[in-house]
Amino acid sequence: MTLMISHIFLQHYWWIIISLLASLLVFLMFVQGGQSMIFSLPKNNLQKTMIVNAMGRKWEFTFTTLVTFGGAFFASFPLFYSASFGGAYWVWIAILFSFIIQAIAYEYRSKPANVLGQRTFDIFLFLNGSIGPFLIGVAVATFFTGSQFSLNEMNQVKWATPWRGLEALLSGRNIALGLAVLFLARTNGLLYIINSVDDKELIDNSNRKLVMNSIAFLVFFLFFIITLLLSQGFAFDKVTGIVSMEKYKYLHNLIQMPLVLIIFLAGVTGVLSGIGITIFKGSRIGIWYCGTGTVLAVFALFLTAGFNGTAFYPSAYDLNSSLTIVKASSSLITLKTMMYVSFIVPFVFAYIWYAWKSINDKRITAEEMKSEGHVY
Amino acid sequence: MIENVDLTLLDWSRAQFALTAIYHWLFVPLTLGLSFIIAIMETIYVRTGNEEWKRITRFWMTLFGINFAIGIATGIILEFEFGTNWSNYSWFVGDIFGAPLAIEGILAFFLESTFVAVMFFGWNKVSKKFHLVSSWLVAIGASLSALWILVANGWMQNPVGMVFNPETARNEMVSFWQVLFNEVAVSKFLHTISSGFLLASMFVLGISAYYLLRKREDFLAKRSILIAGIFGLFSSLLVAYTGDSSARTLAKAQPVKFAAFEALYEGRQNAGLIAVGVLKESDRKLGEKAVNDFVFKIQIPGFLSVMTGGDKDTYVPGLYDLVNGNASQGIMPVSEKITRGRTARDLLAEYKAAKQNNDLQKAESISGMFRDKKFIDDYFRYFGYAFLGKPEEVVPNVKVTFYTFHLMVMLGFYFILVFALALFFLFRGTLIKNRWFLWVALCSILLPYVAGEMGWVLAEMGRQPWIIQDLMPVSAAVSQIGSGSVITTFMLFAVLFTLLLIAEVSIMIRQIKLGPNH
Repeated sequence: MTLMISHIFLQHYWWIIISLLASLLVFLMFVQGGQSMIFSLPKNNLQKTMIVNAMGRKWEFTFTTLVTFGGAFFASFPLFYSASFGGAYWVWIAILFSFIIQAIAYEYRSKPANVLGQRTFDIFLFLNGSIGPFLIGVAVATFFTGSQFSLNEMNQVKWATPWRGLEALLSGRNIALGLAVLFLARTNGLLYIINSVDDKELIDNSNRKLVMNSIAFLVFFLFFIITLLLSQGFAFDKVTGIVSMEKYKYLHNLIQMPLVLIIFLAGVTGVLSGIGITIFKGSRIGIWYCGTGTVLAVFALFLTAGFNGTAFYPSAYDLNSSLTIVKASSSLITLKTMMYVSFIVPFVFAYIWYAWKSINDKRITAEEMKSEGHVY
Repeated sequence: MIENVDLTLLDWSRAQFALTAIYHWLFVPLTLGLSFIIAIMETIYVRTGNEEWKRITRFWMTLFGINFAIGIATGIILEFEFGTNWSNYSWFVGDIFGAPLAIEGILAFFLESTFVAVMFFGWNKVSKKFHLVSSWLVAIGASLSALWILVANGWMQNPVGMVFNPETARNEMVSFWQVLFNEVAVSKFLHTISSGFLLASMFVLGISAYYLLRKREDFLAKRSILIAGIFGLFSSLLVAYTGDSSARTLAKAQPVKFAAFEALYEGRQNAGLIAVGVLKESDRKLGEKAVNDFVFKIQIPGFLSVMTGGDKDTYVPGLYDLVNGNASQGIMPVSEKITRGRTARDLLAEYKAAKQNNDLQKAESISGMFRDKKFIDDYFRYFGYAFLGKPEEVVPNVKVTFYTFHLMVMLGFYFILVFALALFFLFRGTLIKNRWFLWVALCSILLPYVAGEMGWVLAEMGRQPWIIQDLMPVSAAVSQIGSGSVITTFMLFAVLFTLLLIAEVSIMIRQIKLGPNH
């Protein structure tokens, strides 16, 4: 059986795993979305505490998913790791900084003698909540719009601009995806608060904010998707490996991979349903529809970026330095070893689900914030 | 391949990695050890139903939480720094090195992060047993994450289980099991986690001593000292044992580091182990580097030879042998290794030229050589030497290596004594009478931190100039970024991490002063 597992199969398998981790990460950034509203959503300190604790009990999932996403990318597509991280230095450093300040902010914000004061730690949460999703969205947009790098014969990266990745902020399409991810995170954050907190005023406020945030998300998302489908894409020849520009490449990808198109449409439907049932029917389980939709839509977008002869990390500076899942991948043995490791993922999902359910069994209330031993 | 090495860039990139690693290691060992101590205490609570044990558990858990968060904060940057600052390295060995990092995420980090939420927030939400299992899973998850990152680090010190592919210009894994069970990785893992257990035990012992000195929390303090004393004594003995086996492994895998940490320049049989010594630069030179002589030393005669080979007749090579070669002992001079490394590097260039000229036959023939065991053993294993200018560049900073090693070892023996005394006084019921010892225990809290950092400085500076032993020097591994960018991020990290450390220490001290009732 092992002989039948080809390198190309494993490259696709691992791109699927990477896409799945990325889509889970975008969903779990509801934590960042909630943090970005830490100053604007609550009407009093108690409500702020409830928001922080709702998000604070999940922040490590997002953090761990980001770290695992990085590790899995390193293991399966190390050329991306070296080219992108070593090249777009400032973008990645900015993202990392925003996550470093998040990690301590929850635990320290309400502790006595925290030196910097609660407001500083709340600002840390706000910065992580706003900058993190936005920059991750911008970085992912370069998977479609291209970056400014070249590789030498030893596959060592040379970045073509002194801005080291920050030049991605000059592209309207990159900015649009960055803002779409930010407003999606905020939308999911609001839906999660509606689902997990018991406080009428806070929920009413969340419902009101949901309208504006979901509209903003839709505007930027549609702008990105429409321009994506109408733009040229980075195609590579599966035999020669030569990369060229192809008109409507990403539209072609969706048409030529109908399953991916169905997943994408199901994802968009899920996101819209989650928002819709919350706004129009007052439902409190919109997060599960919108969350599932987020996972499916992002998953499909990643598959569109990497499958069907597409360069997933293209270079707009030197087309043939673009990274494809074939060129950037690890060796057959490494991918095979990692595949066996990945079989444990369903088990990981199972225990996460069980622990999540155990903690979320009861909604967060004002009383709990006063009586619970460990409150952020 | 690497046209010009910008030494400013290289030094600041190294400084940034050192800074972030040193900060990270201030927090990780406490997480490693305290998680087990908490799990043991909670087990006693669940088995006895004694609410005092629950109170004890929850107190240490509060301190655990304060430390855990900052450990995570400082950890994320380390993983990504391999890409941002060492991108050439990331490609050259990513096929091998990335796998342990990914497994760490999938197997260990999720275990930790999932169950740490239950540990903190689950007291009133899940059953006692589920909570206990969660606490144990956090402890196991923490140690598992240490395992995988140390497998990765062990591989850098002793690269095994791979073959070089000239087509992709990188090393590729051929045996996952060789990577996992690499003897350097195994001894490093055992030595590192046991040092984490030791550090946490000293932390619990010292803080408990503080309560006894202040005549507070008598029950909590004595019970905590019981657990910390037993766990600490066991751990400190394990640290000594694994330290010894680590040194033996190093003698084979990294003989230059081994000679440097004993400041052994002239190889000999019946070599003595230096117990204490003071070094001074002499007028003699090894290449262009000054040789360090002992101003003063106390040594155990013959012990280094016994440690290395089992008997006094074992020849322990010194730095002169290892740099200049010693034909009678079969040690190749570094100059010859440089020649061989350059042969391998030139062959790689020839391969690339052949590919470019579409000379597939030649390319295939060269590719075959890189898979040939004799070529690998005779030439490719010295690939990294091609980047060196002078033979003496293989010698690390002898003073740093020597002093960090000896300080660490001396502290190791001191810890055994402290834990043994703690148990002795506790069982004799004279702990409170011996206030001097309580002061010693309190003042010793910081010493395992010093020992742990010394250990990492020894491990990482002692293997310079290599990022991967014999295969890649740090100069060839660094990302080609403007040094100004790295200096800026170094400063940012230095300021941020220092601020966070101050906040962490301040919160920790306040929580300790407030005690378990808060």
